[in-house]
Amino acid sequence: MVNIKINGVDYSVPDGSTILEAARIAGIKIPTLCYLKDINAIGACRICVVEVKGARTLVAACVYPVNEGIEIFTNTPKVIESRKTTLELIVSNHKKECLSCRRSGNCELQALCKEYGIDENKFAGANPEVEIDDSAAHMIRDNSKCILCRRCVAACGVTQGIGVIGANERGFATQIASPFDMTLAETACVSCGQCIIACPTGALTEKDDTDKLLEAIADPTKTVVVQPAPAVRASLGEAFGYPIGTNVEGKMYAALRRLGFDKVFDTNFSADLTIMEEAHEFLDRVQNGGVLPMITSCSPGWVRYCENYFPEFIPNLSTCKSPQQMFGAVVKTYYAEKIGKKPEDVISVSVMPCTAKKFEKIRKDQSAAGVFDVDITITTRELARLIEKAGIMFCDLPDEKPDSPLGTYTGAGAIFGATGGVMEAALRTAVWKLSGENNDAPIDFKEVRGVEGIKEATYTVGDKTVKVAVASGLANAKALLKKVKAGEANYDFIEIMACPGGCVNGGGQIIQPASVRNFTDIRAERAKVIYSIDANCALRRSHENPDIQTLYKEYFGEPNSHKAHEVLHTSYKAAELYR
Amino acid sequence: MAFKKSAVPFAGTPEQEKKLRAVIEEHKSDPGALMPILQKAQDIYGYLPIEVQTMIADAMEIPLEKVYGVVTFYAQFSINPKGKYKISVCLGTACYVKGSGDIYNKLQEKLGIGGGEITSDGKFSLDACRCIGACGLAPVLTVNEDVYGRLTVDDVDKILEKYN
Amino acid sequence: MNRINTIDELNAVKAKAAEVVNVRVDGKDNGVKDVLVCGGTGCTSSGSMKIIEKLEEEVKAQGLENKVNIIKTGCFGLCALGPIMIVYPEGTFYSKTELDHIPEIVESHLKNGVPVKKYLYEETVDGDTIKSLNDTSFYAHQHRVALRNCGLISPEHIEEYIARDGYQALYKVLTSMSQDEVIDVMLKSGLRGRGGAGFPTGRKWQFAKASVNEQKYVCCNADEGDPGAFMDRSVLEGDPHSVIEAMAIAGYTIGANQGYIYVRAEYPIAVERLEIAIKQAEEAGMLGDNIFGTGFSFHLGLRLGAGAFVCGEETALMTSIEGNRGEPRCRPPFPAVKGLFGKPTILNNVETYANVAQIILNGPEWFASMGTEKSKGTKVFALGGKIHNTGLVEVPMGTTLRTVIEDIGGGIPNGKKFKAAQTGGPSGGCIPPEHLDIPIDYDNLISIGSMMGSGGLIVMDEDNCMVDIAKFFLEFTVDESCGKCTPCRIGTKRMYEILTKITEGKATMEDLDKLEKLCYYIKDNALCGLGQTAPNPVLSTLRYFRDEYIAHVKDKKCPAGICKDLLAYKIDPEKCKGCSLCAKKCPVGAISGELKSPFTIDTNKCIKCGVCASNCKFGAISKS
Repeated sequence: MVNIKINGVDYSVPDGSTILEAARIAGIKIPTLCYLKDINAIGACRICVVEVKGARTLVAACVYPVNEGIEIFTNTPKVIESRKTTLELIVSNHKKECLSCRRSGNCELQALCKEYGIDENKFAGANPEVEIDDSAAHMIRDNSKCILCRRCVAACGVTQGIGVIGANERGFATQIASPFDMTLAETACVSCGQCIIACPTGALTEKDDTDKLLEAIADPTKTVVVQPAPAVRASLGEAFGYPIGTNVEGKMYAALRRLGFDKVFDTNFSADLTIMEEAHEFLDRVQNGGVLPMITSCSPGWVRYCENYFPEFIPNLSTCKSPQQMFGAVVKTYYAEKIGKKPEDVISVSVMPCTAKKFEKIRKDQSAAGVFDVDITITTRELARLIEKAGIMFCDLPDEKPDSPLGTYTGAGAIFGATGGVMEAALRTAVWKLSGENNDAPIDFKEVRGVEGIKEATYTVGDKTVKVAVASGLANAKALLKKVKAGEANYDFIEIMACPGGCVNGGGQIIQPASVRNFTDIRAERAKVIYSIDANCALRRSHENPDIQTLYKEYFGEPNSHKAHEVLHTSYKAAELYR
Repeated sequence: MAFKKSAVPFAGTPEQEKKLRAVIEEHKSDPGALMPILQKAQDIYGYLPIEVQTMIADAMEIPLEKVYGVVTFYAQFSINPKGKYKISVCLGTACYVKGSGDIYNKLQEKLGIGGGEITSDGKFSLDACRCIGACGLAPVLTVNEDVYGRLTVDDVDKILEKYN
Repeated sequence: MNRINTIDELNAVKAKAAEVVNVRVDGKDNGVKDVLVCGGTGCTSSGSMKIIEKLEEEVKAQGLENKVNIIKTGCFGLCALGPIMIVYPEGTFYSKTELDHIPEIVESHLKNGVPVKKYLYEETVDGDTIKSLNDTSFYAHQHRVALRNCGLISPEHIEEYIARDGYQALYKVLTSMSQDEVIDVMLKSGLRGRGGAGFPTGRKWQFAKASVNEQKYVCCNADEGDPGAFMDRSVLEGDPHSVIEAMAIAGYTIGANQGYIYVRAEYPIAVERLEIAIKQAEEAGMLGDNIFGTGFSFHLGLRLGAGAFVCGEETALMTSIEGNRGEPRCRPPFPAVKGLFGKPTILNNVETYANVAQIILNGPEWFASMGTEKSKGTKVFALGGKIHNTGLVEVPMGTTLRTVIEDIGGGIPNGKKFKAAQTGGPSGGCIPPEHLDIPIDYDNLISIGSMMGSGGLIVMDEDNCMVDIAKFFLEFTVDESCGKCTPCRIGTKRMYEILTKITEGKATMEDLDKLEKLCYYIKDNALCGLGQTAPNPVLSTLRYFRDEYIAHVKDKKCPAGICKDLLAYKIDPEKCKGCSLCAKKCPVGAISGELKSPFTIDTNKCIKCGVCASNCKFGAISKS
């Protein structure tokens, strides 16, 4: 601990704290823009400046370490005036269309400008010309709103180890972009959307498909069904003022129903279906000498990454479609038949914590009935906007239940939304099966839970040993795969999710500002929702799901049957894009 | 958005590629090898088009964007080919106070190109440069390796004629 | 060159080489003439390499190969007079040498011992007496420590450096001094960083020595980027071993075995000489493993800049060596704790290193005896701009600006009046006439709103507009800003825009106020030293030449007649003879009139190029 003074008051704070962290302990929030814990401590935006006694200039609180006896002043007129000027300079080079901006009300720059009472036209001057990049399936980049904090660059390069965007040129001409001004679609971008949730302003936004959705709902000839993903219920409430980590599942179903969906189902159901296929695929590979380690394929960001960066692992990818796509495929085949409609007249809608799902749904070999399995994919954020636009008073809604038959789920389906969840769900069924369909086989596999980037575990069932690994965040995935490739590690089964912490922290989730992200582990908080749903489920193994059992009885026969392969499995192809 | 590729097609030879690969192999394990590799690559090809940058990125196992970000940061790296005759006008302080700005403007006017551009016949490219240290000769310009000093605006025509 | 393992071997090389070199030092005639031709960038630009070729040819033709040594040296300093050639033992000084002077000089001077007066630098010829170069006013006021070998030895021969006590200091340090003793000497000498900020070198080394780490680095900043500054280049071109030796000494002192010299790629001659020097030092065992058999190893690598001024900032230089965009990092942690590749690192500039071996050999007291109370030793300046003797000068700290400009620099050409001297480049400021007698040192320059900087000294006369000069520097800063932090990226751009408005006569007094506030804001808020000092050219000109700014803003006039938008050309009908020459020369047809009666200028068409005025034979056209 070191003794410090902030604004004349003594505190004792941990050694190695930054001024930002020390001030937080003292109950003072110092504003930040470029700082993002662990990945972007560059002191570039200068909004967090404070005075330090004896220092020649103001210093950046986000990176300046405290030392014994340091005297810090966080709100002198000089500090306040400096921050104000910094904001005025930033907005002099920022497209100010706050009335219509997607991020209005949730924009870190806007919030600070209001706090500091800036004069937004004080430094009017030249702005570099920028072009909007809407080439990618999942997002739009408008650099006229970019403040060059580089949080997106860190998310792409550091968290995800990809780096298809970065700072180009220099000085006033600096732009965050891809090499040679190529569009995102021309690069090996995996559509994970981590850059979007890192962006403090409206420079990076998801593509909005809500208008398309409203049109479909309004079309009387269509039956519109919706599947919300496991992680959506763990974040949606944040848009309506609930604390991070609030389960709003019941209100989510109620809101979807009030939006006019004909049926409100749940991706948790198809997560159970995925386990049926994937666990059996795994057992088949183990028993019949298939390619191991088998690697999960639920995360389209990861799948795209594999195709772009590690094509040699394509044979290791499970051929199972993701839960979103399995759900869509079942809707367009089994369900359409069941209600006597043509596949194109049943509109399959998904609500996802993920932007890559917008890309996944238009992939090849994702059309079981000859039309796309999923017609419209919206993110958690788009759902929140729709609910607001529709005037639905979310907080006052009753807790409702999903519809049958595609809404029933077990605890195994529920935990798909967190890192380790798919692995645990698969293990529940696989270990049950390997132990001779023993209902006393273990259900909790806690070794694979938690937010660590790479987790490993070994399970022994009878004479069989299963070595598993779980990675989330693609930089971690890269590290893990390199070890596997080099023969330094040996696994039977690997789960990889593109986003750190898994889908709960997906690129389509409600955006939490850096001031929250820097001090709260939102991954862990949201994961708690998912594990508490699981703990409260009566049925916790996917094969116990009665509607799944009916589905196999009525339609697919056995897991991995010919029919199941036609509808529920897919294929992959190495991609040649600029990495 | 337009892909910022050079209008002049890439005409790298296998010999050049062999040289570049050798350079990368030689430096790859050095800490901070990217800058020296880029400098040598530019010596080999004269500029750093996407084909060359991609080769470097792949061989070093780093993102192309990382290479491009470095290339566009430093004034000496060029992603466009340079003219047969590279004209640089010194705009350092000593030259500037002695009127090199006027000489620079005159050249732009005569050649019909802006700074950093190349004439359509590929003959001349024009750049402004920082002090080249020939302050005693100010104002100064260079054409390839030739240095012209103590210039006036009227000298521009004579100098260009030499290369026509 | 054989590897040198002992002091005896070093001294043997020294003794042999001294026979050759001493003629240039003590002037003793041993029947051989040494012809030193400047091979620095300035003289090379004016053709000195061709002079050398011609000399060699002519010496051969006249059979003088055994009587004449031709030596390509580094910069002599008087760049305005290049190509320069000095003949020893007399020390006669040929200036602006041309190829067709050579046969006569060889025949008359080198063969028959009669200097060719008409080709000598005029100041050295006084009737029948010929002064040596050291007696000219340009050199007489100088005191050369960092430049002691520049223009005296061949930088491409390590023996010549050894003849001048080269590598003796390294030997002394490695064999008889502890690391702390070296630091103590550096501290006592009072040497401060010559790169600009003036941080005490000994303290820097002390911090780095105190950092515990197996791997440390010694770096040399040779990314001399200030427009108009070429001190470091001259040292590297003229005496590269002085830097190499000092870096090895620094390596020993802080416990580093690897060094990097980061040099501008725009300095091809310096780069080539450094490459040669490193190679020779490695062969001689002055670099590499087990130097002088002491077990100390030191390796040196060369890294080239690629045209980014910001890389002269220490943290940016390190990120650049690491292979990244040269963007500065926040400090702390300081490089002495966490520098290059995250390891403890010291970074000193070329001129700083060039002093080190001399301090070790002559003692800290000797060094501290020169200069002022807080600024010891000498400082090299690159004199440029509106001055007779453009070139490189080294003077003791505390010398007045007047001495440098008037005595050494020879004053301002064309009888113009001195207006200001700019020091410190884009980070520095303008010094007005009232401060000409201030002794130059770090603290005095700061107190008058400028800074030492790396040593660029640009002289301006009454024809220079101070607003225009400030705008010029701001344009430089905007161009060279790395773009990382907000104050520099956007702030300097907005400053430049306001300055442009001022020079166009479109600014208001509120703009001027905004400009000044922005200056202080950027000083306090920018991330790195370059950003923090970027407003200095504006602040110092506002301080001393505020009335010029106000003239632009309020009266819409540029008193120096530089800012084109505020100019008007006028034909004086009394003086105009109606010759029509101006109308013919006008590129836009703005001048009209009838022959033999006064012409007039259409101010709406006029582009203020000034061609008419420079062509008028009657002085009838003036600008206002």
